[in-house]
Amino acid sequence: MTTNTTKSRSLFALLALAVTACVLAACGSSTAPQGSEPATTAASADTAATAAADANADVTLDSPHRGGTMEIVWNGFGSSIDPGVDYDGNWTLLRLTNDGLLTWKRVAGPDGNTLVPNLAEEIPTPTADGLIYTFKVRPGVKFSTGQEVKPSDFKATIERQFKLPGPVSSFYAVLLGGDKCASTPKAGKKCDLSLGIVADDAAMTLTFNLLKQDPDFLQKLALPFAYVLPANTPPKETGVTPLPATGPYMIESFKPGESMVMVRNPEFVQWSKDAQPNGYPDRIEYNIAILPNAGTTQVANGQADWIADQIPADRLGEISEKYPEQIAINANPQVYHMVLNATTPPFDDVRVRQAINYATDRAAIVQLWGGPKLGQITCQILPPNFPSYEAYCPFTLNPGPTWSAPDMPKAQQLVDASGTKGQKVVIISTPDEVTTAVSLYFVSLLKQLGYEASIKTLQSGVQYTYVQDSANKAQMSMSYWYPDYPAPADFLDIVVGCGGYHENSTANPNLSMFCDPAIDAKTKAAEQMQLTDPAAAVAMWTEIDKLVTDAAPWVPLFVASNLDFVSSRVGNYQSNPSVVGGFMFEQAWVQ
Amino acid sequence: MLSLVVLLVIIIATLLAPVYASRIAKTDPFASNLSGTIVINGQTVPVIQPNPTGLGSTPIGPTWQAQYFLGADTQGRDVAARLLYGGRASLIVGVAAAVVACLIATIIGLLAGFSGGMIDATISRLLDIVWAFPIYLLAIALSTVLLVQGLSIGPIAVDPGSLWLPVIIIGFVFVPYVARPVRGEVLSVRRRDYVEAAIAQGARRRRLLFKEILPNVLPSVIVIFPLMIAACILTESALSFLSIGVQPPQASWGTIINGGQAQLYTRPMVSISAGLMIAITILVLNILGDGVRDALDPRAKLRLRRRGRAQA
Repeated sequence: MTTNTTKSRSLFALLALAVTACVLAACGSSTAPQGSEPATTAASADTAATAAADANADVTLDSPHRGGTMEIVWNGFGSSIDPGVDYDGNWTLLRLTNDGLLTWKRVAGPDGNTLVPNLAEEIPTPTADGLIYTFKVRPGVKFSTGQEVKPSDFKATIERQFKLPGPVSSFYAVLLGGDKCASTPKAGKKCDLSLGIVADDAAMTLTFNLLKQDPDFLQKLALPFAYVLPANTPPKETGVTPLPATGPYMIESFKPGESMVMVRNPEFVQWSKDAQPNGYPDRIEYNIAILPNAGTTQVANGQADWIADQIPADRLGEISEKYPEQIAINANPQVYHMVLNATTPPFDDVRVRQAINYATDRAAIVQLWGGPKLGQITCQILPPNFPSYEAYCPFTLNPGPTWSAPDMPKAQQLVDASGTKGQKVVIISTPDEVTTAVSLYFVSLLKQLGYEASIKTLQSGVQYTYVQDSANKAQMSMSYWYPDYPAPADFLDIVVGCGGYHENSTANPNLSMFCDPAIDAKTKAAEQMQLTDPAAAVAMWTEIDKLVTDAAPWVPLFVASNLDFVSSRVGNYQSNPSVVGGFMFEQAWVQ
Repeated sequence: MLSLVVLLVIIIATLLAPVYASRIAKTDPFASNLSGTIVINGQTVPVIQPNPTGLGSTPIGPTWQAQYFLGADTQGRDVAARLLYGGRASLIVGVAAAVVACLIATIIGLLAGFSGGMIDATISRLLDIVWAFPIYLLAIALSTVLLVQGLSIGPIAVDPGSLWLPVIIIGFVFVPYVARPVRGEVLSVRRRDYVEAAIAQGARRRRLLFKEILPNVLPSVIVIFPLMIAACILTESALSFLSIGVQPPQASWGTIINGGQAQLYTRPMVSISAGLMIAITILVLNILGDGVRDALDPRAKLRLRRRGRAQA
């Protein structure tokens, strides 16, 4: 039996081989034009295209998990539903309604920080001088209004950015004409970027002309500020009126302080699974009136599917014990720190700044945050797993790569040497649980070091603007920085460098007002090197990180991990690491 | 009488707060003690105890012993000691604000009621303007603004973190609530026979004001005073609960309730204990206020006597 079968199979194989040879010979003698690819290659290309199309196919369409309503509770809803205005707060949802030329890959894990083309067909290579980027805009993409997305819409979107109030226009000031638009609010209102952005709607091309090289320009184009809106969008904050969407969802209604509802965008057809995959739930409803404690209870009871707020510290024990399968912890590059104003006494003395760094019990602070699972102790500016990161901790009992314990004698010695004992220090705090707790800890610590310390509590909306303005001479405050894109300059030039320092301004992200000319020279060199010698730039950024850490404009505390608590019905949980990422709730199943 | 005793006990207990903290509990109620330990039944345990799952931590609960009698807060501080210190701040702010309100209101009310005419009209309209704002809204607005820069009027400067700031704010918002009745009382007293007689005898304005009118208006102010203390303590607690009253690390009952919110699920005793103290204090002050009214108001005495006869 076995023999016969083998024989018949061999015969069949020979026959097939003969037929194939015959077909191949016939093809070879065909009258195909010279230069055209052989049929076999064409077949491979077709197969590849089919495979790519398959890989890009909208898998939600035939899925039994498609449909249902994702219920989200979120008391900390961001400032606006206008991508041109909102800074960070609502990016996780605006990511689903609108698109830019580029974005970060919509997948879980480290690959989620990879830049991929979105409404651009591919990521362009700049010209040799690094000043011109030409994009081919993906054809056929429509806004939820039915209007087709054109290159001129992108130009108008960036121009609108300068016409809206806020600090974000500085991201695009590097464009030709952008510096003029960013110079004054009045100039911004009349912003014309005809030289900086050339849009050809017929050819579907978009060319960006830069004033100077910007190694992070492509990353900046992936930020929600560059999400395309129709060219006729009014140059004012949209308020409660939803703007036209390109993504899989559009905002149906928004009631500030109450609710927001997102529904499917009828014009959306998935063009890239990597960039903007279709979502599973039909509706996404936000309840933004519920406080975190009540929100946690709702998720525990299955009345809501996800709490977007931080889980209150006294509920962590309960939910981790009762619902271990419903929680997930994801590392973020979010660095929590105490800001020390380097231009105001006593922190204008580097010895005092270093003393506070030596004295801080970082383990105790991590416990206040929720324990070592939710916070990784750090002593430096750059977070772990970030480009150019190299573990470094000079402010500990035994200096080395990691922190071990506070060194109080060393701290006392530095304070004594500075002669600043007895001076007044006011910590500018907010009423939220963690900031208050950490600020109180530092009041105790400062008193222990001999300072007359107190707290001034301001409402969250007021506090940040207050500490930003150098005229207020805010001495110390708690803050965190989540980088806009994975580049060391976003920390070392913007948050603790001269690039971000704007005196007497509320558009100043450099809260410690730290600007060292020597370090700044190195920063500029590293930025240039990034385009010419990336490997050397990495080493240079590492060195700058250590220099800034030594100068201690911050007391780096911990790198926060994010804890997601979802209801028992949620399936397909995934988390994206990019700045517009987090829990990809549109990829989760609620049925 | 019982209310007076209870109030005295509370006052004495809060005055003895430093003695309790340093001699009995042996803790610093204003310093963080995140890595501290305590001995319970011969065993050393951390004041802030990490949860077994590794997520979050829970401050130690009531030990019912000298140290951490009511447990610890999220900073590892002794709740009982803070409760006593907090009571001191709440009572100081409450009494001082009530004094400020009653003093200013008495002066304004006397001036308006006695002067009449344009002065009365101007003062009354100004009081109406302040009265038009809901108390808490006005107090919150003033606190939010003044907490940023402090208060500076001529030579008077008050730091944002000072206890004087809530005293001034609360005192100010309550002025119309005392000044209005005082003005009404002055207008009424001014038409009484003995005042008319004094005027007929050629008494000077100062004598009329301080010898005839003020002594007859003061009982009303004295009756209002304990009730004002109660209202001021409640307002201070509300402002401190909203983080715009007494500023940490100083404690008041309001700040303790606010801090206890973060432990409501695991250590509710922190908020409950401060809430109970506020409730008891306000209750005894209100009962005391009624007692003072009954003692000073002849009509009230008459009513009581009639009620007594009817019951007999």
